[in-house]
Amino acid sequence: MKEIIPFHTAINDPAALAENIKEKSTQIIGYMCSYAPEELIHAAGFHPMRLFSSKSDIVLAENHLQAYCCSLVRGVLEDSLAGRLDYLDGTVFPHTCDSIQRLSDIWRLNTDYSFFADVVLPAKLNTLSARAYMTDVLNKFKTDLEKAIGRKITPADLSASIGLFNRIRKSLTRIYELKSNSPSIINGTDLFAIVKGAMIMDRKALAHQLETIVQMLETKTPAPSSAKRIILSGSICDMPDVYTLIEATGGTVVADDLCTGNRWFEGQMDETIDPLTALTARYADRAVCPAKHSGNFTRGDNLLALATTHKADGVIFAVLKFCDPHAFDYPYMKDILDKAAIKSLHLELDDQQQGLGQLSTRLETFTHMI
Amino acid sequence: MTTYYMEAMTAGENNKKIAWITSGGPVEPLIAMDIIPVYPENYGAMIGASKMGEDLCVKAEDMGYSSDLCSYARADISCAQVNGGPIGGLPRPDMLVCCNNICGTVLKWYEVQARHFNVPLFILDTPVCHTGYSPEIAAYVRRQIDEYIVFLETVTGKPFDHDRMVAVGHLALQGQKLWQRVLKTTTHKPSPMSAFDAFFFLALIVTLRGTQIAVDFYEELLLEMEERIQKGISIVPQERYRLLWDNLPIWYQLKWLSKKFSDHDACLVADTYTSAWCSSIQYIDENKFLDSMAEAYTRIYLNTGVDQMADQVLDMIRLYDVDGFVMHSNRSCKPYSFGQMDIMKIVREKTGIPVLMLEADMVDPRSFSLSQTDTRIDAFMEIIKQKG
Repeated sequence: MKEIIPFHTAINDPAALAENIKEKSTQIIGYMCSYAPEELIHAAGFHPMRLFSSKSDIVLAENHLQAYCCSLVRGVLEDSLAGRLDYLDGTVFPHTCDSIQRLSDIWRLNTDYSFFADVVLPAKLNTLSARAYMTDVLNKFKTDLEKAIGRKITPADLSASIGLFNRIRKSLTRIYELKSNSPSIINGTDLFAIVKGAMIMDRKALAHQLETIVQMLETKTPAPSSAKRIILSGSICDMPDVYTLIEATGGTVVADDLCTGNRWFEGQMDETIDPLTALTARYADRAVCPAKHSGNFTRGDNLLALATTHKADGVIFAVLKFCDPHAFDYPYMKDILDKAAIKSLHLELDDQQQGLGQLSTRLETFTHMI
Repeated sequence: MTTYYMEAMTAGENNKKIAWITSGGPVEPLIAMDIIPVYPENYGAMIGASKMGEDLCVKAEDMGYSSDLCSYARADISCAQVNGGPIGGLPRPDMLVCCNNICGTVLKWYEVQARHFNVPLFILDTPVCHTGYSPEIAAYVRRQIDEYIVFLETVTGKPFDHDRMVAVGHLALQGQKLWQRVLKTTTHKPSPMSAFDAFFFLALIVTLRGTQIAVDFYEELLLEMEERIQKGISIVPQERYRLLWDNLPIWYQLKWLSKKFSDHDACLVADTYTSAWCSSIQYIDENKFLDSMAEAYTRIYLNTGVDQMADQVLDMIRLYDVDGFVMHSNRSCKPYSFGQMDIMKIVREKTGIPVLMLEADMVDPRSFSLSQTDTRIDAFMEIIKQKG
């Protein structure tokens, strides 16, 4: 599908994409977490850009972060120190995990982009006081952005931005739905490119591009699929090879519980209420990241519901090595699946991973087993 | 400490409730409510010191927990299943109290235990003060203190005793001030005690903060240290070099490390770890204890930015007049260890003292190499001696 080519182009060379955006005199704000309030960044006139590791060798970051820090955090710091993120005008760090918490400090002390903000969101989301605090923090971030641009972000700016991101979320949700209904409608590599592209491309154009893709897919009559239905659950999954390998072994990803997937785009923001209240509600109520607390069983219940809804044959836990929040959740989430007789596989991934042989064998064994 | 654990083990018979609480958690309201606080992290230290860490960590790994996770958490999670460790497991909790001022790990760890024991969990969420304390954080944490009181009233079925809280608040502050004075006795040359002693003396300010027992203990300890100073008794027989320690202890190698440094006539006079239990005294108002708790619990050492931590390290280097800085890069503690390399750079630039970084883990000995550590300490001490 030619409509998907720009997505592949974008994710294959984010720096070139960034340069194009800057040519339009738009400044770029980067972040690593799906709780970064993109709507506010966009409403301030900045281009919001999710950062991923370029997976280059770790050389300069060795002087700041030990080897037992995850490859995403080390990789993005390496990119920054090596000058590969010089297109950034600023960065924002929502409070995520212990590693990103410290990365924020190291970043502030060692990089020199003109804008920097910590958006220290609550770690607890299921209380009224946490929500009130979240609104306060978002408001403070709004003020920080206003200082940077020298003008106010009006409710109309923010509402327009929320509307735009809702369109993006709606299309992504629809594409996932179509994929789950007829897995052969789009392959995993293309789906990966669409979702990752949606986190970095120009959002106005993107909203339109995604709607076109939805229209194209809706008119397709896909071949029936007998592939095993897999759900991916984990942190970020920045390895298109995982999708390719799953498909090569007779499986297909029909849904996910990923920070670079459903957890990021699911749901809509209420466009009928005060925009800041709508932002709070969305970030407090969305599928929760394991670094945050929203009840003791919420993530397990969500995953089971996802597996049931999508008639999953199996779940693959794809977790970055040294990612503590996910590693703590894995045993109980696996247990919940075991009790529901849903088979699962645990993969520990690393952005610097060399060779896919072992991964391929494990995926093959798993797909044949389910 | 034995009496404390005895009381905790027999709490049920005495109709007392037990709360498991994190080491940086708000214990004073528990004391005021006659709830017995139990510290899995303190037990983790005991497990490490009695060299039972590896076995318990492996058990947790068999349960599916990654070997990269915090070894206190791994040891505690498996202890809860097999009643392991030096006292055969901790008494079953009636509630869990988790404060994330020390890490995000405790949040996940306490969720695991809340599911396992099926007991209520209270989370005191203390946002990180990367560059300072803010009115938003202050309002949020203060509101949670009220929620905490309601939580305790609900779990115990008793009204909160505000009068008792005032008394407990006084004792807590008194205990912390005494602890601070004990730690400061090591500014004297030669030092009457070392960080290796502080690691053990610490137990009471963690577990019994807010009680008369802790106050009495530290009063006595302070007298003892002052007496040692008067008599010129030092902990390292020929103290010639003074060092600062960073991060948690390597619990299973304390004896060896203590001897190793002592053999070089070096004394670890202070550390960033034990001083954390008196690092926020300045924020406590004993007449408004509950109000000031919010700030005191939020602005502890580990919950601040790396540059603020470096400033505190520099203050300690000056106060204790140290010749070298030993950093434990602790695989189990990411918020304590990430940022250490930047602190190291700052310390080198601002003071010129030698810095050593040891790779290890606080409880799991599989991440520790004795021969490598031995060689590195020798090389480090060689540099210090040349400078001296």
